[in-house]
Amino acid sequence: METIMCVVIGILFAIGTYLILSKTLLRILLGISIIGHGVNLLIMTMGGLKKGGAPLLGWKEYSFTDPLPQALLLTAIVINFATTALFLVLSYRTYEELGTDNSEQLRGYENE
Amino acid sequence: MAYFYQVIALPFITAVFVPFLHKRINPRIHTGWFVLFVPLILFCYLCSYIPIISAGRIVHLNLPWIPSYGLNLTAHLDGLALVFALIISGMGFLVTLYSIYYLSKFKEALHNFYVYLLLFMGAMLGVVFADNLFVLYVFWEITSISSFLLIAYWFEREKSRSGAQKSLLITVFGGLSMLAGFILLFLITGTASIQALMNKVELIQSHPFFVPAMVLVLLGAFTKSAQFPFSIWLPDAMEAPTPISAYLHSATMVKAGIYLVARLTLLFGGAAEWFWLVAGVGLVTLFYGSLNALKQTDLKALLAYSTISQLGLIMSLLGLGSAALYFGAGKEGTVYAIAIFAAIFHLVNHATFKGCLFMVVGIIDHELGTRSIRKLGGLMQAMPISFLLTLTGSLAMAGLPPFNGFLSKEMFFAAVLKAGEMPFFQMGRWGSLLVFVAWLASVFTFVYCLIILCRTFLGKQHTEKLKKKPHEASFGMLLSPIILAALVIIIFFYPNVLSRHLLQPAWEAVLPTFAGAASLQYEIKPWHGFNAALLMTIGVVLLGFFLYKTFLKWRRFLRLYPHRYTLNNLYIWLLEKTEVFSRAVTKRYMTGFARDYLVYILAFVILVVGGAVYLFNGFTLDFSRNSAVSLYEILLLLGMVSCAITVLLSQSRLTSVIAVGGLGFMVVTFFVIFRAPDLALTQLVVETVTTVLLLLCIYHLPKFKKEKSPWRFKLVNGVIAIGVGTVMTLVAFSAYAHHLFPSISGFYKNSYQLAGAKNIVNAILVDFRGFDTMLEILVLSMAGLGVYTLIKLCLTRREEHEGSQ
Repeated sequence: METIMCVVIGILFAIGTYLILSKTLLRILLGISIIGHGVNLLIMTMGGLKKGGAPLLGWKEYSFTDPLPQALLLTAIVINFATTALFLVLSYRTYEELGTDNSEQLRGYENE
Repeated sequence: MAYFYQVIALPFITAVFVPFLHKRINPRIHTGWFVLFVPLILFCYLCSYIPIISAGRIVHLNLPWIPSYGLNLTAHLDGLALVFALIISGMGFLVTLYSIYYLSKFKEALHNFYVYLLLFMGAMLGVVFADNLFVLYVFWEITSISSFLLIAYWFEREKSRSGAQKSLLITVFGGLSMLAGFILLFLITGTASIQALMNKVELIQSHPFFVPAMVLVLLGAFTKSAQFPFSIWLPDAMEAPTPISAYLHSATMVKAGIYLVARLTLLFGGAAEWFWLVAGVGLVTLFYGSLNALKQTDLKALLAYSTISQLGLIMSLLGLGSAALYFGAGKEGTVYAIAIFAAIFHLVNHATFKGCLFMVVGIIDHELGTRSIRKLGGLMQAMPISFLLTLTGSLAMAGLPPFNGFLSKEMFFAAVLKAGEMPFFQMGRWGSLLVFVAWLASVFTFVYCLIILCRTFLGKQHTEKLKKKPHEASFGMLLSPIILAALVIIIFFYPNVLSRHLLQPAWEAVLPTFAGAASLQYEIKPWHGFNAALLMTIGVVLLGFFLYKTFLKWRRFLRLYPHRYTLNNLYIWLLEKTEVFSRAVTKRYMTGFARDYLVYILAFVILVVGGAVYLFNGFTLDFSRNSAVSLYEILLLLGMVSCAITVLLSQSRLTSVIAVGGLGFMVVTFFVIFRAPDLALTQLVVETVTTVLLLLCIYHLPKFKKEKSPWRFKLVNGVIAIGVGTVMTLVAFSAYAHHLFPSISGFYKNSYQLAGAKNIVNAILVDFRGFDTMLEILVLSMAGLGVYTLIKLCLTRREEHEGSQ
């Protein structure tokens, strides 16, 4: 399972990176989102998968999976959401202001 | 000996208070009156060391600064340091006094001026007292910076700014190479103390780094002392106020290079390279400076070139004197050692007569509003005192009796004649050329001295060209040059008083190996009988007079040299080309396009992370602990990958947004499979909200256009993307396979006892790492505020827009 996960994570990263390098703002946003999923899965995988029950005490099982990656991930998911929302509104507003969503046309002044 | 450091630090301490003081008292009282006491105290305090030093003792004080690096503020006070320190404080006093009358308290930014001046004074004292090479370097650069600030004092003038930039570029370049030389010396010997280096001369001279270290250190000395070909910054430095030109750019800072050469003579002297470099460059500079001085029509520029030439003279004397170390202590060595004595003597003399001349030129500029010798003439009646001062100064510089310049000039001729006969260092027929060049340069010196004197004060008055009627300056302004002129004459009549108490110890400090042998005794006599040196002086006077009389006839030959090939134009050309080149290079990669920067960053990540994994054999595969895979999971994984590929290929906004949403929900399923119920719940909510948000937003965003990018653009993106993917896979494999440290998760098993929680993940978030969660909420609220503000801004704008319609 872990081996396959590693390969899938690599694919997610590659696709996300390709999207980030494109010119359209929405594509960049989606790319960031995909990389975010890749990161989450990577952290999960590093701790080992399916090594017992859910990390809840007083359950019938005695052994449970590592709770630490899960705690980290919970934070990561929320922060990811915050940045996605901000970036989304930012690109929306950029388009409103400047009339383009092409990052090549968004570069600074020539004489800077 | 008590309070040495406190007194030496006085300029720095006072500099802190000057701006506040200036605010309170200016313009009621000139700020300079309060600064004046600093060099005065320093001078008096340092004078109290003269008896100790002239008795042949040396003061060595130690103050730890960064002891862990062996950097100590060790002060080494010997004859050489004392001579320089007395010039610095003495000239500092006279210049401050002069500046009080020179700079108007109503118009000028005096607080800046005096802060920079004090900064310089303190740094220069630091240079001459420092025993540690690196401490010396720090002070050395501070003098460069304060010189930069003072040249650019009237920064609204374009010429001041370019002059300041030039001086900074050249002296800091030299300073850096000097630092490299110091580091080499440190590598050779393992010590940075100059006194400790003196005991390791054998080791240094036999080391392969000997010549590189010497050249690098000399670069620093030559740039600072305006030696050829680095001399071009000094004429431009004349844009500074005249007190500064008199102080930094003739008496003290430009002599820092001379100080360094004198200080390190024992280390490098005796080697042929040192002899030829120092003496050769010195002689070339002497000749170049005196020849160029003839071309000038601005009095200050003329004095700048004469300073260059005089510095060359002192430098060449130090070079010639270094031959003494080739012979070692003894009768033969002492003959050459006298050249070093002459160098120190001329250094003192130069400070007196050149300071006097600069101050008089300042007076002329101040009272008449011009320094051009084309507009001046016949000022003798109107300004008799200034005339007498110029007479003293210029004839001393020309080397005539009864002025101190005569004594040191005679010694210079004697030294050159002696060197001309040298049977070593491949001298051969170069010897007579050496003598001739020195003599010719002296003739030119004589001619420009006459130009300063006669073209300004004798001849016809051009009153119509002057804005103001010629009149004598106020007494306060004349006081400083009068003191200097008096010194010029007093030194001529009583040279041996100065010699016994200051020059002799300084001489012994340069050549400590000779000091014990008691061979360093020299009596300065104005009259030696009719010897070769005197004949040379007579020749200088005769030819000089002839050349001055016929100056108008042969002046045009000086202009034959094409202006295009001057050093100054080389400097300008280099500066321009450097700017053009660096701009071209920068423009190649700083495109302003975010994607390009991302490519750099990601390529770097691939190289560094991938390279590290490769270099340290980090890649490991470990299948042994793998958990089982079910068909159901495989299908889910395939679904995820196909969702991602759909995003990649889709041309429709809606499809790609939904595909990303689908990917997110499949991740939720995986969280369920991986026994993470909290994650699954959170992700579910977040994914839903994100998808809804995206769907809402795409209404306002433009449709996807097919990206018509060149294939190279896509290829680079593809390579980078695949590289990142591969590296991340490798990292994931390795991270999973390696277990370098035991997990800390065991601690949280007691969450019920510790935190009263049965859900461990929740306990970690809200209890064990509560602060992290709080900050996470902070980030979330910041992002929320950002989103709100951006939308709100948009709305108001739209309302305005609609309102206007």
